[in-house]
Amino acid sequence: MPIRWLPYALIAPAALFLGVLFVIPLVQTGALAFQVHDAWALGNFTRMTGDLNFADALRNSFQLVLVAVPVQLCLAMGMAMMLRHLQRGRAIVLWVWSIPLGISDLAAGLVWLTILTDQGYLNSVLFHLGVIAAPEGWLTYETPFALFMAVAIAEIWRATAIVLLILVAGVQMLPKEYGEAAAVFGASPWQAFTKVTLPLLRPSIQSALILRTVLAFEAFAVVMALGGRNFPVLVSEAYAWKHFNQDTGVAAAYALVIMAISVAATLVFLRLLRTPVEQQT
Amino acid sequence: MTKHPRTLLIVSAALLALAAPVRAQQSTVFLSSQLRPVESAQIMRTQILKGYAGKVEFVPEQPAELVVRLQAEKQAGKSTISLVAGVHGELQPLVPAGILTPLDDVAATLKARGFAPELLALGKFGTDHQLMIPWMQATYVMVANKKALPYLPAGADINALTYAQLADWGAALQKATGKRLLGFPAGPTGLMHRFFEGFLLPSYTGGVVTTFKSPEAIVAWTEFAALWKFVTPNSTNINFMQEPLLTGDVWVGFDHIARVIDALTKQPNDFVTFPAPAGPKGRGWMPVLVGLSIPTGAPDVAGAKALIDHLTLPATQIITASTVGFFPVTSAALPPDLSPGMTLAVSAVQKTGAAKDGIATLLPVGLGAKSGEFDKIFLDTFQRVVLRGEKPDAVLARQGAALQALMAETGAPCWRPDPVSAGACQVK
Repeated sequence: MPIRWLPYALIAPAALFLGVLFVIPLVQTGALAFQVHDAWALGNFTRMTGDLNFADALRNSFQLVLVAVPVQLCLAMGMAMMLRHLQRGRAIVLWVWSIPLGISDLAAGLVWLTILTDQGYLNSVLFHLGVIAAPEGWLTYETPFALFMAVAIAEIWRATAIVLLILVAGVQMLPKEYGEAAAVFGASPWQAFTKVTLPLLRPSIQSALILRTVLAFEAFAVVMALGGRNFPVLVSEAYAWKHFNQDTGVAAAYALVIMAISVAATLVFLRLLRTPVEQQT
Repeated sequence: MTKHPRTLLIVSAALLALAAPVRAQQSTVFLSSQLRPVESAQIMRTQILKGYAGKVEFVPEQPAELVVRLQAEKQAGKSTISLVAGVHGELQPLVPAGILTPLDDVAATLKARGFAPELLALGKFGTDHQLMIPWMQATYVMVANKKALPYLPAGADINALTYAQLADWGAALQKATGKRLLGFPAGPTGLMHRFFEGFLLPSYTGGVVTTFKSPEAIVAWTEFAALWKFVTPNSTNINFMQEPLLTGDVWVGFDHIARVIDALTKQPNDFVTFPAPAGPKGRGWMPVLVGLSIPTGAPDVAGAKALIDHLTLPATQIITASTVGFFPVTSAALPPDLSPGMTLAVSAVQKTGAAKDGIATLLPVGLGAKSGEFDKIFLDTFQRVVLRGEKPDAVLARQGAALQALMAETGAPCWRPDPVSAGACQVK
């Protein structure tokens, strides 16, 4: 006879761990954000929204997510489909593609910094090809578009692998029969992909999008390494308010804004990409 | 059964033997807001503290957190820190809180070291007691690549430069090379705010807080925004000026002496050093005095006093100067065989201090944990006026209100060169 309390006992350590290290800090952050001089007030939020970097940080964060996440999804989808058709060396290709996953955020940011800085590899190559006569600045406040592209490309390079791995796992679970049936009925490869594979991959796509969107809103080390103060995002502003301005209240307000956006994005994806009941197995 | 007590005895004896030396060698905890970079802290532990007989635990800490930690330890009634080092303005808030113990006996014992009288006076914080013993000093200087010297405006004396001449120099450099070669440390961890607080604004307005939105301040920001046209756009990524000086991206740069010292010692033949420029009111400059204090309830007062003695020894002062770029506060004569790079650094500090039109400006005093927000007001003004091109008068009105609110909240009285105030310093 199974012991009724055993499952609860087994999940208790994980629940306790999350409770101590997630729920308590969350409540404390909420309290910090809504308190000014130990009294309940909205002062931290008015300071945050009134700050000259707030609008920029909000815009940069959203732009980064809106550009990086769709590109990552398309790239990862293409890579997953290509892997499907590889006969030999599949494991090695997958391994190489997931290398960026093993590199820390900051290291990835520094790698791209050495490429894009004034004396970096990109300028050296362009100079030797005769494209430029003198070092070109890519990461300054005067080149916001190049700076944004640099951050976006670094973020795409770093985090496409996680989307790929989720999709590859999803693709592996697809029964072969559906594809074969589509071929029998004369579907072109594109039709088979859009009408059969893509709908069946919906749960994997949903997980990947939620994970990537939340993490892209939290992008920090890559942004700091490449953009510094020239490219404020929500997380870097939270850091600046805590670290440089020594105002934990405003930093906590930023943290709550980031959390609210992440929760909202997750709910949107859960709703938009939900698997209809009749399709659930 | 008789065996057990014997074993117990042997084990306890062994434990005691182990414990005794540990107790005797208990280290003196030395908390410092200075020499925080890993390289500097390492030099502190391996070179500056080398000849000291006792055991020291050197703990670098962010300035604001240093104050908070000392206040918390006092409130808790349990002190772990025996010696604390900080810049004059950082230690000042500890005075009204009663956290610093009088060191008049130490000052008397060390009289022969020959402390500069004005530095010793600063260590009293306006009280009757010596609460801080000067340890080392520094300031901010200009460094120029010798390649830039031919483009110096005609008739300009590099050691008595004005901001207008610096702008002309930058313009001439851009015309000749096609590149913007002036540099300021406006990166995320750069010290750009000190340039506004201690150099630009005192030079133009003769004050910092009181004159924040004066007509002279509007002129200062307008002219600086014009000068910025000749400043490398990489400045907002520069944290330590020595790096772009060494790569040649900057030919004329401003920074803390400790943040250019690498360039000076690595390539002493390539650079010259000189004081920051002067404005209509004079040559604003910011002396940085680092002092040593013993907090109340310090667990190892004797160790702390011995450490103060060691750190102010002539030999230690010279090692400190030649390794981390902080200069003697005593009459310790610098050795004649000083390296060329260090000679450049020392001469810059000396020329800055000796300038006839100098306006010495203290680091912010009495702001405590709000000093970060004080700096942000100047950096936000910079971002709006210089980087975004907003109108200075509107920006100064807005930032001036923020500054006034901050001063009212902290109640900090004015510090030099603003005139002495009765209560909180007021933005006029």
